[in-house]
Amino acid sequence: MNRAPAQSRPQHRRERPEAGPWPHLLLAWPSLALTVLFLVPLGTIAALGFFRRIPAGFFEVGFVTDNYARALDSFHLERLGVSVMLALAATLITLLVAVPFTFLLTRRPRRAQVPYLVLVLASLSLSEVIVGFAWSLLLSRTSGISNVLVRIGLMETAVAWSPGLWAVILAFVFVALPLAILSLYPTFSRLDQELPEAAGTMGAPPLVGFVTVVLPLVRRAVAATAALVFIFVLGAYVIPQTLGRPAHWTIPVHITDQAIMKNHLPLAAALAIVLLVMSSVIAVAIVVIVSGRPPRAEPSVPAP
Amino acid sequence: MSPPRPDLVIQGLGKRFGATVALADVDLRLPGGSLVCFVGPSGCGKTTLLRVIAGLETPSEGKVFLGERDLTRVPVHRRDVGMVFQSYALFPHLSVAENVAYGLRIRGVPRRTRLERAQELLALVQLPDVGSRRVSQLSGGMRQRVAMARALALDPALFLLDEPLSALDAKLREGMQVELRRLQRRVGITTIIVTHDQEEAMTMADLVVVMGDNRVQQVGPPLDIYRRPVNRFVAGFVGSNNFLPGRVVSPGQVEVAGVRAPLARDAAPAPLGGEVTVAVRPENLRLRAQAPAAVALHGTVVFVRDLGRVVETRVRVADQELIVSGRGGFDEGDGVWVELPESGVVALTS
Repeated sequence: MNRAPAQSRPQHRRERPEAGPWPHLLLAWPSLALTVLFLVPLGTIAALGFFRRIPAGFFEVGFVTDNYARALDSFHLERLGVSVMLALAATLITLLVAVPFTFLLTRRPRRAQVPYLVLVLASLSLSEVIVGFAWSLLLSRTSGISNVLVRIGLMETAVAWSPGLWAVILAFVFVALPLAILSLYPTFSRLDQELPEAAGTMGAPPLVGFVTVVLPLVRRAVAATAALVFIFVLGAYVIPQTLGRPAHWTIPVHITDQAIMKNHLPLAAALAIVLLVMSSVIAVAIVVIVSGRPPRAEPSVPAP
Repeated sequence: MSPPRPDLVIQGLGKRFGATVALADVDLRLPGGSLVCFVGPSGCGKTTLLRVIAGLETPSEGKVFLGERDLTRVPVHRRDVGMVFQSYALFPHLSVAENVAYGLRIRGVPRRTRLERAQELLALVQLPDVGSRRVSQLSGGMRQRVAMARALALDPALFLLDEPLSALDAKLREGMQVELRRLQRRVGITTIIVTHDQEEAMTMADLVVVMGDNRVQQVGPPLDIYRRPVNRFVAGFVGSNNFLPGRVVSPGQVEVAGVRAPLARDAAPAPLGGEVTVAVRPENLRLRAQAPAAVALHGTVVFVRDLGRVVETRVRVADQELIVSGRGGFDEGDGVWVELPESGVVALTS
C-alpha cells in the first residue's frame, strides 16, 4: 500500500516525454481560439480604419489616413477625455466600496460569506443593458426612488436623477462592483487574519491597522482590480447612452453611432483602435501607480 | 523600583459563538508579574480565553479587570497588551526592525528613536544583527523571537503568547522554554502562555490553569496540580496516572482491589462510603518480589518497556492493568507485588 505512490512517481516522470502530441494539441486549442477569435478580428479592425468610406454605400479596400485623423480630432479627443474621466471616477468609487467590503466579508466565517458571494455572483449575471434600463427607471421622476422618498416624507417633490452624470457613474459602479469584489476576494481571503489583529494589539485602531498593514499587502490585487474595472467601464456603451446626456456620451457610444447609425465602419474601427491603445496605456499606468512598481510575477501575499 | 504589577482578574466569564459554548464560568485571579500557563487539549477554550483577555473577542458574559481597571469593553488597541500569535503574524512588507518598531510608529515616536528601541529589543531576544532583514529571510525560531521582541516593544501590562513554541522542533522548543522563562523574569511582565503541552506548562509556569471542556478545571502551582489533581480529567491530562475503582471505607482510607490503602493526607476529602476513582502515579508505585510490609497488590507482569532512564512495567492486577515506572528487573509472566505509596493515594469523586 505504502509503496505504490513512491514507485509511481519516477514512472510518472519517465512517462512525461512519451505523452505524445496531446499536451501540444491541448495548448493549441486556446492559441488557435486566441488567434482566430481575437487577433484576426483585431487586425481586421485596425486595417478597416484605413479603408475608404463610400458615403452612399459601405466601404472599399484602400489606404487612407483620414479616418484615424478624424478619430484624433478635437471633438473625439474631448470625448475620449470625458470617457477616461468617467471611467476613472467610476473605478475610484468602485474601489472605495469594494476594498472595505471585501476585507470585511473575508473576515467573516466561511459560511457567513456564502450568501454575499451568491448575491455578488448573481448581480454579475445582469447585463449592462438590464442594469442601464433598470436604473433609468429607478432614477426617473415618474416612477423612481424619489417617489418613495416623497412618500416617506424625506423629499418635497419627486425629481428626475436621470439622465445625468451621477446616474451614469452610479450604474457604472453597480455593474463593476461584483467584478471588483470577485477580483479582490482571493487575495483578501488568503490574508492572515492575525495580521490586522497583531496591529491592534500594538495600539493601531482598526482603520490605522488597515492602512498600515492590510493595504500594503493587497496593493497588487487592488492595482489589478483597478485596471480591470477601468477597462470594463471604459468599454460600456449602453449605460452612458441610457443614463447620460449627450455630454456624457463616451467613445463606445460614438463608435456604435458611427458603425450602426451612420454606417461609417472605417471611422468606428479607427475610434476603436484609438480607444484600445488609450485604455491599455492608462491601465498599465494604474497598475504601476497603485502597486508602486511595474507588474512582476510575485505573489502579493507571501505564503505563511 | 517600578510599582507592583496589578493582578488580572476574570469574573464569571463566558463566550458563545452562536449556539456553541466556547467558554463558561471562568473565574480567575492571576497575580501581577507571574507567568501563567493555560493548558488543555485542543478545543478546550484556552485560546478563546486568551483572545478575550487581549480584547480580540468580546465575552458573552462576565468581566475582565486589570487591577481596578475594567477592561471588558476596552478595544484591543487601548488595552496595553503585547501578543505573540500562533502564526507570529509578523508583517511581511516590513523589515524585522520595522516590525518591532511598529507599535512605536503608531504612537508617533520619531523614526530614529523607535529604530534604536527596536535594536535594544532585538538584542534582548538575542538577535542583534537581523534588524534590516526581511521577515521571510528568518528561520522559525528567529521569527518567534522577533514576535516576542515586537510584543514587548511598548512595555505592555500583559504579555500574551498563543502556542508560541508549537511550530518549533523539539530541541529548539526546549531551549526556547528556558529562554522565555528567563526573559519573563528579566522584564517582570505578567505573562500568559497558552499551550496544549502539559510538560511545557509544568516546567515554565508559576501558576497553571488546566482547562478542559470549555471550563477551568483546576488552578494552582505546577506541583499542586501534579500531586493533588481535583478530578479525573486533570489527573489524566497532567502527567500519566493509573486509575482504579475504589470506595472510601473510613476517613483517610480507601478500599481498592481488595486492600485498604491510605488516602494522601492533603488530598481533597472524599465522602464516606462513596464510590471513587483512585489515582496513583506510575512513579509512586514500587515492584517487589516478596509481599512487603506496606499495602500492596499482587499481580502478573504482562509487558516490559525499557525507556533508558526508567523501565515501564505493566502489571495485571485482577482485571486492571497498572503501569509502574521504576528500575524494573522483572520479566513478562513474573508474579509481583505492587506496593502502593506510603504517602497515600488520591481519591477522585469526579
